[in-house]
Amino acid sequence: MGATALRNKPAPVSAPNDAIVEVRGICKTYGNVEALRGVDLDFPRGKLTSLLGPSGCGKTTLLKIIAGLIEADAGTVTIDGKPVKGPGPERAFVFQDFALMPWATVLRNVAFGLELRRRARAEREEIARRYIAQVGLAGFEDKYPHELSGGMRQRVGLARALSVDAEVLLLDEPFSAVDEQNRRKFQEDLIRLRTQENKTFIFVTHSIEEAVYISDRIVLLSPRPGRVSRIIEPEIDRSGDPDRIHRDKHYLDTVEEIWQGLKQYVE
Amino acid sequence: MATNIRLEGEAGGLALPLRRDAVGWQDRPILLRLISIALFAAIWEIAGLIPVSFAFPTFSDTLVAFFGLLADGSLPSAYLSTLQPLVVGVVLSAFLGVGIGTICGLSRTGEWLIVPVFIVLQSAPVAAFIPLVTFVYGIGMTAKVLAVMILALPVIVLNTYKAVRNVNGSLLSMCRSFLGTRWQSISKIILPDASPVIFAGLRLGVAAGFVGVVLAELLITPTGIGDVITFHRSRADYAEMYATIASIIALSTLTLVFLQWVEVRVFRPEKRGR
Repeated sequence: MGATALRNKPAPVSAPNDAIVEVRGICKTYGNVEALRGVDLDFPRGKLTSLLGPSGCGKTTLLKIIAGLIEADAGTVTIDGKPVKGPGPERAFVFQDFALMPWATVLRNVAFGLELRRRARAEREEIARRYIAQVGLAGFEDKYPHELSGGMRQRVGLARALSVDAEVLLLDEPFSAVDEQNRRKFQEDLIRLRTQENKTFIFVTHSIEEAVYISDRIVLLSPRPGRVSRIIEPEIDRSGDPDRIHRDKHYLDTVEEIWQGLKQYVE
Repeated sequence: MATNIRLEGEAGGLALPLRRDAVGWQDRPILLRLISIALFAAIWEIAGLIPVSFAFPTFSDTLVAFFGLLADGSLPSAYLSTLQPLVVGVVLSAFLGVGIGTICGLSRTGEWLIVPVFIVLQSAPVAAFIPLVTFVYGIGMTAKVLAVMILALPVIVLNTYKAVRNVNGSLLSMCRSFLGTRWQSISKIILPDASPVIFAGLRLGVAAGFVGVVLAELLITPTGIGDVITFHRSRADYAEMYATIASIIALSTLTLVFLQWVEVRVFRPEKRGR
């Protein structure tokens, strides 16, 4: 437990001067279901923060509020001090169901964010090719989504988010529709990618192992109403062989500890 | 109209980007279609030889009559006059229909105001309106164009409306999150996503347009194809009559095949060669 810094207070934590995303007092109610109540959170620049919790804890709702895709009933979200009023160029979203256009090739799908920003075709395709190669899909530029496996489709979604050069990447359970083997490979690639791209990641997941494996910081949310129950910073060395992490003692301890904490919410 | 759209098969877990299916007789649609046409012609020939009715010519007689009509110029000149109201009516219906349908799909007000009218029109026996159209617009070109549109427009509007209303919500929020404008989301997401259902409506609409123009020519004034059919019926030239009827069916089918080709070419390239 020693290497795992624990904070039991849901209050905004540490490094206030270098939080890129600040969430203050967010509330959201759907009909008579209270999805989020008074959520305060800071997301430090350049870190990967996971929002982890059982289904119904409002983690995807919180992510979509940060993305500007859903409006909160109360509270504010600021990015670099500027309040969020809708989607913005400094944020890019990776969708759980990939959200790829079936009628467009991999290249056009990846370049689509730039196409919407009316960048010249040659320019946006050059950028797209670079990111397609970076997510390991070189050679698949002219394929259509139905010709790809689930894991490859999500790589396209990730390349699309990377290519608009946003500072904050928002990932909504990106691996939940990907099979187990591909998911593990993808997680390893994400760790590698993070060393190349100096971006802030906000990652929604319901998998404890996944959260501990890839995150610098894990925000545990409790359900009904969704609120921050704990923040954990697993201090795991991810520089070496990614397979080693799965056998790392801190990794295993942290997973176990989070499970003990979340158990009470699982019926 | 046989299409060879197969169910989208997941390439089984890991990356197996291209599947090359074994080529069997099922995978040769052109051959299959030719066999089907040949079979139909053979059955027609036999039925004509029995004969089913004294007014039912054989396939070969009909074919001879067809070339006769082509040679004496009566069929080409008939089509020249039939195609005018047909083309004008179908083109107007296609653009108006997709436009109106898109507006209805996008706006609640449009939906409440316009959709009920077309639901009534679609379920009404529209041929009964044609005398009314003649009464108001006379027997000229306008009346015939209107007859085509009354039949073609409702199905195009309603299909477009349904397709736009049921557009993939996830793609819409993707477009929004990557800063797409309203117009971009319509042109780059909604219309391509809706295009298969819109085109299904267009195919039905064009087919209905053919019905409309023939009805108009039979009911309003005998011109064009309607005239050729009426004329040969009155002279008991049944082979010529059947040849004319078969030719307009063939033209309608070819138009629909062309429409499908346009759809796959322009809007859904991923379905090409599948």
